[in-house]
Amino acid sequence: MTDPGAAVEAAVADAHRREWALVLAATVRVTRDLDAAEECAQDAFAAALTDWRAHGVPARPGAWLTTTARRRALNVLRHRGVEQRSLPLLVADEETPGPDDLVVDPAGAELPDDRLRLVVTCCHPALDRPAQVALTLRLLCGLSTAQVARSFLVSEPTMAARITRAKKKIALARIPYRVPPAAELPERVDAVLVVVHLLFTTGHTVPAGEELVRRDLVERSVELARMLRRLLPADPAVAGLLALLLLTDARRETRTGPDGRLLLLEEQDRSRWDRAAVEEGTALVREALRARPPSRYALQAAIAAVHAGSPRWEDTDWDEIVALYEVLAQLWPSPVVALNRAVAVGFASGPAAGLAELDALGAEPQLAGYGYLPAARADFLRRLGRAPGAREAYTEALLLTENAVERDFLTGRLRALGGS
Amino acid sequence: MAQYLILIHEDETAYATGGEELYREVMAAHDEFAAAVPQHGGKLLGGAALQPTTTATSVRGGEVTDGPFAETKEALGGYYLVEAPDLDTALAVAKLCPARFGGVEVRPVMSFD
Repeated sequence: MTDPGAAVEAAVADAHRREWALVLAATVRVTRDLDAAEECAQDAFAAALTDWRAHGVPARPGAWLTTTARRRALNVLRHRGVEQRSLPLLVADEETPGPDDLVVDPAGAELPDDRLRLVVTCCHPALDRPAQVALTLRLLCGLSTAQVARSFLVSEPTMAARITRAKKKIALARIPYRVPPAAELPERVDAVLVVVHLLFTTGHTVPAGEELVRRDLVERSVELARMLRRLLPADPAVAGLLALLLLTDARRETRTGPDGRLLLLEEQDRSRWDRAAVEEGTALVREALRARPPSRYALQAAIAAVHAGSPRWEDTDWDEIVALYEVLAQLWPSPVVALNRAVAVGFASGPAAGLAELDALGAEPQLAGYGYLPAARADFLRRLGRAPGAREAYTEALLLTENAVERDFLTGRLRALGGS
Repeated sequence: MAQYLILIHEDETAYATGGEELYREVMAAHDEFAAAVPQHGGKLLGGAALQPTTTATSVRGGEVTDGPFAETKEALGGYYLVEAPDLDTALAVAKLCPARFGGVEVRPVMSFD
């Protein structure tokens, strides 16, 4: 880049992506007020635009931004009386912010990393799932309310109200800004993993709309999983989730054709799968599977790793995949896992066996209205040459699918069957 | 420190038909609960069991009616007022609170200082 202004802008944008959560989390500890901390962090990024233009981009942008935001926060605290606060202060471990908090050793002394506090607070079980998701995107990823609203197809005022209510509850009900004690940590981290996984799956196949993938949501969720991995390097469930995300996302570029058409695993060009992501994910799976019992993410990642390790569709080790689904179904029984297992049985032992497994699930109330069940049935019926039944099942799947790319796929299959 | 009200919502019919033995069991469970609260970092400030909603009288705008304010399957049957440093502590206490025919709701008490 030749334009220094543009280079600085790019550096600030990059820092926002990488360092927002660190800057905000460290500032919350000073303000003990989420709104005030957000303002100070935003001010710090705005200040970076002018300061870095004049003095160059600092060697450690995160440290510069954190120091600036925390200094600003101390100023705000000094000039703000209790009467100006709309909400009580967050409950945190007793730490009085003082001048020491501002000293950042230029040689690279570590700043306090409060991101784990921030993320477990955002995903506290006393907040409902939509609130956890919204706060995580807003406070950990630094998305604006408008961006969060767009990600979940709700209006901006609705999302603003959701975020405000959640912040109010944190303050008024005194949800502590704290890393929970070791005994409670696994459960609290699990809630965080559920949120990150939900962000990923929402981005990976958008429930309704024109595009199949919401790239931004997928990338944000992978970044969050990476952050958790750095914060909790010994946690096998975290390793499992990051592995699952990397291995699934490695196929992203091959999931649709040049015309935007949905391509099945069977049709994807495996040479274009992201090899670096596959290698990183596969190494993480090995680590994650060492835990007893393995986490559900580790098992799902192991299944994704079997696919990633097969040079061709025909080489897929379906017996291994069925076995992994069986362990998964034992440890975390769910109708969706049972459905996936049935599909794997169909590839391991033939479409008739798969169909029998699927039909056994037909009465499962949780799968009523789940479009992947009739879609899987349709595929086995098609492979068995039972066109009328396949047509009926594709039609049912179409009624239950709101994603345009998936609808096109099902319509194409239906058309190829011909007939009435 | 903050105060939380733990509202106990339970199916009243279970108690109406439970007899003497159930009553003794539940009383013992509440005694045990009261003894356990301090071990979890909370302090019991008060509490009471209420007579069933069949004894309730509602008043709205000066008009008196027979019955509870809202008819629900699981009715408010009692409460505890606890002091706790944060919600996590209050929830740890609430998890111990006996409510075998329903559950409890935890509400922070408004503070005016």
